[in-house]
Amino acid sequence: MTQFLSLLLNGISLGALYALIALGFVIIFKASEVVSFTHGSLLLLGAYSIARLSETIGFLPAVLVGIAITALAAFLVERLIINRLRGAPVISLAIVTIGVDIILLTELVRRIGSDILNVPHPWGGGSVRIGDVGISQNRLIAMIVAAILIALFFAAFKYSNWGVAMRASAEDGETAALMGIRQGRVSALAWVVAGVLAAVAALFLVGSPTPGVTPAAYAVGLRAFPAAILGGLDSTGGALVGGLLIGIAEALAAGYQDQLLFLGRGFSAVVPFIVMIAVLLFRPSGLFGTKELTRV
Amino acid sequence: MLSIDALHVTYGGAVQAVRGVSMEVPDGKVVAVLGSNGAGKTTLLRTISGTLRLHRGRVESGSIRFGGTDLGSRDPAQAVRMGMVQVPEGRRIFGRLTVEENLRAGGMGNADKSAKARAQDRVYEMFPVLKERRSQRGALLSGGEQQMLAIGRALMASPKLLLLDEPSLGLAPRVIGQIGEVIAEINRQGTSVLLVEQNATMALGVADLAYVLDVGEVSLSGNARELAQTDEVQRLYLGHAAEADHPHDRTRAASGKKLSRWTA
Ligand SMILES: Nc1ncnc2c1ncn2[C@@H]1O[C@H](COP(=O)(O)OP(=O)(O)O)[C@@H](O)[C@H]1O
Ligand SMILES: [Mg+2]
Repeated sequence: MTQFLSLLLNGISLGALYALIALGFVIIFKASEVVSFTHGSLLLLGAYSIARLSETIGFLPAVLVGIAITALAAFLVERLIINRLRGAPVISLAIVTIGVDIILLTELVRRIGSDILNVPHPWGGGSVRIGDVGISQNRLIAMIVAAILIALFFAAFKYSNWGVAMRASAEDGETAALMGIRQGRVSALAWVVAGVLAAVAALFLVGSPTPGVTPAAYAVGLRAFPAAILGGLDSTGGALVGGLLIGIAEALAAGYQDQLLFLGRGFSAVVPFIVMIAVLLFRPSGLFGTKELTRV
Repeated sequence: MLSIDALHVTYGGAVQAVRGVSMEVPDGKVVAVLGSNGAGKTTLLRTISGTLRLHRGRVESGSIRFGGTDLGSRDPAQAVRMGMVQVPEGRRIFGRLTVEENLRAGGMGNADKSAKARAQDRVYEMFPVLKERRSQRGALLSGGEQQMLAIGRALMASPKLLLLDEPSLGLAPRVIGQIGEVIAEINRQGTSVLLVEQNATMALGVADLAYVLDVGEVSLSGNARELAQTDEVQRLYLGHAAEADHPHDRTRAASGKKLSRWTA
């Protein structure tokens, strides 16, 4: 039981980080009608920037600048590429984002090279116990920060002008334009928010129990993708539920891997995709989604 | 206020939707544009509001001036800020947003906070049902209420010129009558209106001036009341085509037959 609770807690923490990334996917899809495959490399860019910068300017400034760099990169992708291709088929845009992702990833991998990059988290690599249940300090702080950010996000999405503009243009872009809502701005802001969320997730995902900044952090971005899909690509609530579901499933699969050995080692890494496929078989547009991916 | 001169609009370079249309909307007036399906009414409004590009449409020649300035090519947000707001055909309210959020979205192009607050008061005063239902989702409103919401949403931008695209479409006769009264009231409060309609009875009842569009060209224009008397409008738009027995029966015309969807 203790092991289960511990895995559950770790799963929720991991899932909250996935949810941050998945929320980014979802708002980009809503605002720009693009399925963005750039998230893996944006995540890695965030982790890399924070790690590199903290060697010289210290941890906290590095975090802030790293988040800003990632947000700026997302902004530039939107302004220089996505915005100019407005109206192109969804599939072409998705493939364009894969291209951008590969370029960014290649450059980051080259820069990281064989270095061992670490983000010097002030909270270190220790773990804490809550009753009998253990969790790394990093993941505990991640959970708290993610919860605050997610709450802020949902409040902004529901109450702020940006949230109303965003939901209006996601529902009917032309009519939103007739109301004077500038879709270009709504879309650019969505990319910026997605960049910030990805960078914050990156900050924690490269800490204990994960070993430092390696190109493997890229794969984490890909695992948040099934979280967004299974929640429903146009549902922010779905991104949250999907993220948690994937995080918990992955943590449980990793924790019980000895019992699951017949499925092979490293099974937990594919669990997100298996969960996604299972959900999509029953609900093709995801748990809370309303639109099929083929929307144009 | 709005002055359109020899306007030519095409879609994809091939379809000629508007062909040499000239038209005036004088300050403070209601101007009706009648025409059957495909006449180019919506295209005309898209050109004014700047959404033509979203449909791959293009102004080939001609000009539109608003309050003396040439509109040239500008985006919809600029048109809203200049004071022109379009209520789209089919209402197009945001069904997943609440009534209040729909109104808020309508005020997005309006930078002046106090003007927005005043506009909201005015909308709730004009449409008390929207106030009652302000926290309900737009999709739950009836057709007539949705049209009220679509008009109210446009009023949130405090327009000088309101562009209405077939507000009577799909509504019951009683509700169409209400819409007509609402348009007259909006106009009385100082907003000019360009009203595109197929329901000629309602449109000519509320308009000062009217134009008839026929396959992209203006075929008739003039004072709305006089236009309603002409044989052509009687025959084509007021449902007197087959009624040889009562060719000049005004009461029947006023009872509001819907424009027959003839093809040229
Ligand atoms: N997006 C579009 N692309 C191509 N042709 C269009 C488009 N919208 C309208 N048209 C054509 O332009 C003409 C005028 O259409 P429209 O302005 O919608 O007329 P109305 O509003 O009077 O029914 C029609 O022949 C129509 O088929
Ligand atoms: Mg039309």
